[in-house]
Amino acid sequence: MTTVFQQLINGLSLGSIYALLALGYTMVYGIIKLINFAHGDIYMLGAFWGYYTINFWHFNFIFALLSAMVVCAAAGVVIEYFAYRPLRHAPRITALITAIGVSYFLENGMSYLYGADTRNFPQVIKQVNYDLWGVRVSNIQILILVTACLLMVLLQLIIKKTKMGRAMRAVSVDPDAAELVGININRTISFTFALGSSMAGAAGVLIGLYYNSIDPLMGMTPGIKAFVAAVVGGIGSVPGASLGGFLIGLLETAVQSLGFSAYKDAAVYLVLIIILLVLPAGIFGKNVKEKV
Amino acid sequence: MTTLLNVEDLIKNFGGLTAVSDVNMHLNDDELVALIGPNGAGKTTLFNLLTGVIVPSSGSITFRGSDGLIPLNGMKAYKIANLGMARTFQNIRLFKELTVLDNVLIAMTANYRENFVQSVFRLPKFYKTEARIRQEAIELLKIFDMQDDLDQLAKNLPYGTQRRLEIVRGLATKPKILFLDEPAAGMNPEETADLTRLIQQVQHDFHITVLLIEHDMSLVMNLASRIYVLDHGSLLAEGTPKEIQNNDAVIKAYLGEEA
Amino acid sequence: MKANLKYNICWLILMVAGFYLMNALILVGVIDSFLENMVVTIGINIILAVGLNLVIGFAGQFSLGHAGFMAVGAYATSIMISKTPTAGVFYLSIIVGVIIAIIAALIVGIPTLRLRGDYLAIATMGAAEIIRIIINNMKMTNGPSGMFNIPQFATWPVVYIMVCVTTIIVVNFIHSRGGRAALAVREDEIAADSMGINVFKWKLAAFVIGAATAAVAGSMQASYVQTIAPNNFNIMESIAILIIVVLGGVGSITGSFVAATILGIVDAALQSFGALRMVIYALVLILIMIFKPSGIMGAKELSFKRLFNPKSRKAGAKS
Repeated sequence: MTTVFQQLINGLSLGSIYALLALGYTMVYGIIKLINFAHGDIYMLGAFWGYYTINFWHFNFIFALLSAMVVCAAAGVVIEYFAYRPLRHAPRITALITAIGVSYFLENGMSYLYGADTRNFPQVIKQVNYDLWGVRVSNIQILILVTACLLMVLLQLIIKKTKMGRAMRAVSVDPDAAELVGININRTISFTFALGSSMAGAAGVLIGLYYNSIDPLMGMTPGIKAFVAAVVGGIGSVPGASLGGFLIGLLETAVQSLGFSAYKDAAVYLVLIIILLVLPAGIFGKNVKEKV
Repeated sequence: MTTLLNVEDLIKNFGGLTAVSDVNMHLNDDELVALIGPNGAGKTTLFNLLTGVIVPSSGSITFRGSDGLIPLNGMKAYKIANLGMARTFQNIRLFKELTVLDNVLIAMTANYRENFVQSVFRLPKFYKTEARIRQEAIELLKIFDMQDDLDQLAKNLPYGTQRRLEIVRGLATKPKILFLDEPAAGMNPEETADLTRLIQQVQHDFHITVLLIEHDMSLVMNLASRIYVLDHGSLLAEGTPKEIQNNDAVIKAYLGEEA
Repeated sequence: MKANLKYNICWLILMVAGFYLMNALILVGVIDSFLENMVVTIGINIILAVGLNLVIGFAGQFSLGHAGFMAVGAYATSIMISKTPTAGVFYLSIIVGVIIAIIAALIVGIPTLRLRGDYLAIATMGAAEIIRIIINNMKMTNGPSGMFNIPQFATWPVVYIMVCVTTIIVVNFIHSRGGRAALAVREDEIAADSMGINVFKWKLAAFVIGAATAAVAGSMQASYVQTIAPNNFNIMESIAILIIVVLGGVGSITGSFVAATILGIVDAALQSFGALRMVIYALVLILIMIFKPSGIMGAKELSFKRLFNPKSRKAGAKS
């Protein structure tokens, strides 16, 4: 029983990282139908920002987290402006290839400028382990879970309660109609990128703290997993992305703890395929049928 | 005259909404029947049910095949098409990026065979088959005066020609029944008159049954031997053009708006 | 009939001429082993891109799992010729790889090809990763460290012939009954369905042919490079093939040839740039996409028919 709870805690910590990343995928996909391949690399930028500011500018955790969110938001907006905006009306596969190009650019640019080696993330918060009825929980795990949940609630509030959030929802349903009623499409899309990228930045700092090591290619695999999480949850759906993230995190830790760690990625993809076959638009996605 | 297609107690619900309720109708060999009704009456939904695009909630559709009656309920659309039912679409659905000739050749897919080895290694048999079906397609296009547009992309054709190409494409499948969904929509009176003649000629020459949805009353009254009137998903009346024109319920529900 | 013969002879002459040109350049010494390596890599990428283009560009099914099928071919060949290094077994291994890839494509395609667009992409990507992870954990494949010292039977002439054969098969399929049905599926599934076309069958046919050609490319790669590891066939490899297809033009086989060649040359030319190479590559990719969104060739093809008949060329030029 304790191992189950232990794995549950580990799974939720990992899952909250995936969930934060998945939010960015789902929001961007919802609004411009683009799989933003570079999203995982924004997360890498966040981790590196945290690494440098903590090491060289001696930022504390909160400050590093918030500044990483701001910097990543800016990076997201700049990338959208230069790489995706010119392709707004191009075939979608073209925009996808551009996103892959941006991803390569960020990964290799970072490797070129700062070297490809793995670095140790500074221990800005000293790890303390608590023993709760035999289950080992670290303060960092709690911090990750709490921060992630706070951010998700905040995001949900922004989307549901603010004017900008309403604009985002409108553009994702019908950009042309949204424009007709006076919504500034470009600004709304920029805002979406800013919001999604800031979540990725936060996830980057949190993962640095959790795993202690960062490198320029760290965004690749979690990026793809987070996208899978967004698809499982129903791409375009914010609660879906959170749920998908936690599901994938839990699944991975479960498979690992059963001794099949070599197959943990395979299990994730298998579950993805099965869910899509049963629910072709994910758990919370709406399956839109074409009208004849 | 024998019944080719028979529809009994057909019902289609979308959630709580009944789009088609208790429709009974039949189509005989070699006749031209019209289906009319106000907007939103469920005409296109009925077409979609008959051609297998959507599955009925209950009721039965039977088709008289070469060897007995075949129930069509729940059958896949392509299988229904292969039994001998072709259609056009209200909002034209041509293969836009392909040429006129390819649009017609595609519709003939089920009517000829080419095996993989023949086509991939370009054996003489392949060229023979290709030449034959190409000739067939061109003959068909000639009837509709489109033999000069073979290499045009479908999307570049004028609107009226696109509608005609949809009919050619339907005919290319060698149907027993052709369903035409508002073939004259968006056409000017002259084009409509041309189309009326063409439909008549096709129905006569190919010996097929035509079921036609149309809002243009002059076209319907000129062409149809029988008319079904659909309103709010159920049949309001059935009869010859003359009977329909004098039917009080129809006048009230439908023609009344125009009178 | 006669006209068809004329065009076919033109293509044949082109293929034979290409072969002798390559042969002559090697004899004269213009093409050294570095350039030969480049040319063979381009050839293998052409096989991959042409196959994927059939699936994406012609049948309209967004598959992101091409590398998985490539892995099947690569491992079939590696395992077989490492045990019995003879030319006969090498050719047999290509066939075995193709057959296993076809079976894998059926297993993957039958459930997933019901999905649409990006959902299909992500499902096929997952399926390819599952194939890779299985290979990664098998004894026969030597696990994550891969296989090395694989005998070299795939010399450049073999690869050249395979490029020709797979391209002929794909192009001839496209211009036949099946290919037209696949195009109809790409254009409008509902209309195709209503015309009596078994949409699912033709999607699957294109997917399976694509997978089979990927397996051939895998066999070539394994026996030419002589070392393989599961990581050579990860998502990034599938994406690399996708990039060639989109860069050349989705729906243009000529484009796939052109893009594979250009990328191959650029890649070889940038070898000396070290770490900067991938940065430049990424920038070039972004810029080409922004300024030429439909790819280098769009949907246009090189066609002798059009070269000989300016009239039909004009009609085709609108496309």
